[in-house]
Amino acid sequence: MKNINNNTLNIASLNHWYGTGEMRRHVIQSISMKISPGEVVLLTGPSGCGKTTLLTLIGALRKVQDGDLKVFGKQLFGASRKTRQNLRKNIGMIFQGHNLLRCLTAEQNVQMGADLLNGFSYKARRAQAREWLRAVGLEDHLSKLPHDLSGGQKQRVAIARALAARPKLLLADEPTSALDSSTGREIVDLLKKLALEQSCSVLMVTHDPRILDVADRLLRMEDGQILPSV
Amino acid sequence: MELNNLLKKRKIPLAWLLLTRQPLRILVAIAGISFAGILMFMQLGFRDGLFDASVTVHKLFDADLVLISPRSKSSISMSGFPRRRLVQAMAHKDVTGTTAVNWNFLLWRNPENLSTRSILALGFEPNKPLLIDSDFEKKAKTLKNKGRVLFDDLSRDEFGPISSWFKSGRLVETEVAGKRVRVSGIVSLGPSFGADGNLITSSETYLELSPGNPKGSIEIGLVRLEKGSDIEKVVRSLNISLPSDVKVMSLKSFINFEKNYWKSSTSIGFIFTLGAAMGFIVGCVIVYQILYSDVSDHLPEYATLMAMGYNLRSLLGVVAREGFILSIMGYIPAYVSGQVLYALVRSSTKLPVEMSFSRASIIFCLILFMCMGSAIAAMKKLADADPAEIF
Repeated sequence: MKNINNNTLNIASLNHWYGTGEMRRHVIQSISMKISPGEVVLLTGPSGCGKTTLLTLIGALRKVQDGDLKVFGKQLFGASRKTRQNLRKNIGMIFQGHNLLRCLTAEQNVQMGADLLNGFSYKARRAQAREWLRAVGLEDHLSKLPHDLSGGQKQRVAIARALAARPKLLLADEPTSALDSSTGREIVDLLKKLALEQSCSVLMVTHDPRILDVADRLLRMEDGQILPSV
Repeated sequence: MELNNLLKKRKIPLAWLLLTRQPLRILVAIAGISFAGILMFMQLGFRDGLFDASVTVHKLFDADLVLISPRSKSSISMSGFPRRRLVQAMAHKDVTGTTAVNWNFLLWRNPENLSTRSILALGFEPNKPLLIDSDFEKKAKTLKNKGRVLFDDLSRDEFGPISSWFKSGRLVETEVAGKRVRVSGIVSLGPSFGADGNLITSSETYLELSPGNPKGSIEIGLVRLEKGSDIEKVVRSLNISLPSDVKVMSLKSFINFEKNYWKSSTSIGFIFTLGAAMGFIVGCVIVYQILYSDVSDHLPEYATLMAMGYNLRSLLGVVAREGFILSIMGYIPAYVSGQVLYALVRSSTKLPVEMSFSRASIIFCLILFMCMGSAIAAMKKLADADPAEIF
């Protein structure tokens, strides 16, 4: 499919509900938004307002129930499981918990990301994994297990892993919530710097008021709706 | 170019790392699988060993065809038939020679502690072939004197230290069925399920030891044929020409006849096969438990991989590879322990329990099946890995 408007993300009147019958809750209420390539967008709002649901919809982790959701120009409404699965390879994800594989070393965790790329030899992918760990400042911790890394170091590994698959869109869900303020600041700066180098768009959900200034654009969400920008 | 493609496909060996980074879990798994494997090796080994042991003597007979009474059901209940049937069989143009064999259990007195025990005694004419063994002919010549017997040194120890006494040059004399005999040689046959020991003697001595034996009646007739003759054809024509008080069969079917008795008319086959099946089931349960809890423990990680873009098939592959690795790692100790235990069984029971290639591969297939089946069952748990839940 050709990407007509060239936007990384294009959402128009997206709706989503949880539950059925009387318990049905309208968690995403006709949201429309866009993200251009290389843009860093921060999404804030009280908990339970639907931020994470929106993120999982954009990340092709959930079926779209109603509305238009195009990632890299690909319509996700009615998309098959396989289409969503393939699309996910181009979307990097950073989670609140680092979600690293406990049985893999830092280097191997990052290589799990690089392994998603086709056409590179094992050695080349390992070299890339090392390169990414160097970029996040962990060149001395290549063969450490997540267990032996600090919270900030784990989140750096997670960033390296997400970027190693060379995504065009990076989704981050409160990546600093488990970190102290100075580490959180470092992580976000690093994230922005590396994403920009890759011309990768970033959509970050955050509660942390100290990092709002990294955003090109700030979106505020409440009760399933995006508030008009202030 | 091929190698290049292979290098491009090579990925982090996730299944291997998942298993090896949890040493306790993999040890439990290996112990469980090996235990199941050892159980199967032992049970099937005993079963086959007992079946093989039942024909240790049969296999050694120097014969193409065998004549028995149709009333004979097995080596422990042989009936007699008239000896002249062998003479009649000689009339067939393809028959080159025959040997009349008496076969019955007699009481042997242990010369050391004087206790008695039932032993299988074979009587034959010492100038005719009996066993396919190069030095047997020489030993058989010693039987031409009356009251001489050849003792089987693989007989159980309860018969007394006959072969060590004999080999040390001692004159070994004892009683068989209350009559004095002298051991004039040692042979190696092996005990069977029915007989704890064997002795071979001349027809003359045999008749003396068992005077109740009807005159001219034998239990087994060995028939040798011209080289290259059609065994089945001779069997058919002899069965037609000889009276119905005798049954003709090839040596091979005689061996199977004996094995079949133990397989179908006793519970041995059922008991040991059931034992092996229990091992298999226990192994299945253990491997399933291990893999299931492994998948459950790593569910968030599997979900993360799915969120990263790994498809379900590649994750199923990880579980399948875990099953495969476990089957190999569990089989090797089971095989080695099997060999050791077989040697132990051989030395203490003198049963011919050997590690046969077919049994080794059947048990490998069973273990592989056990691990892969459990892996497939554990894969169902992977369906619970929902990448939308990990945010």
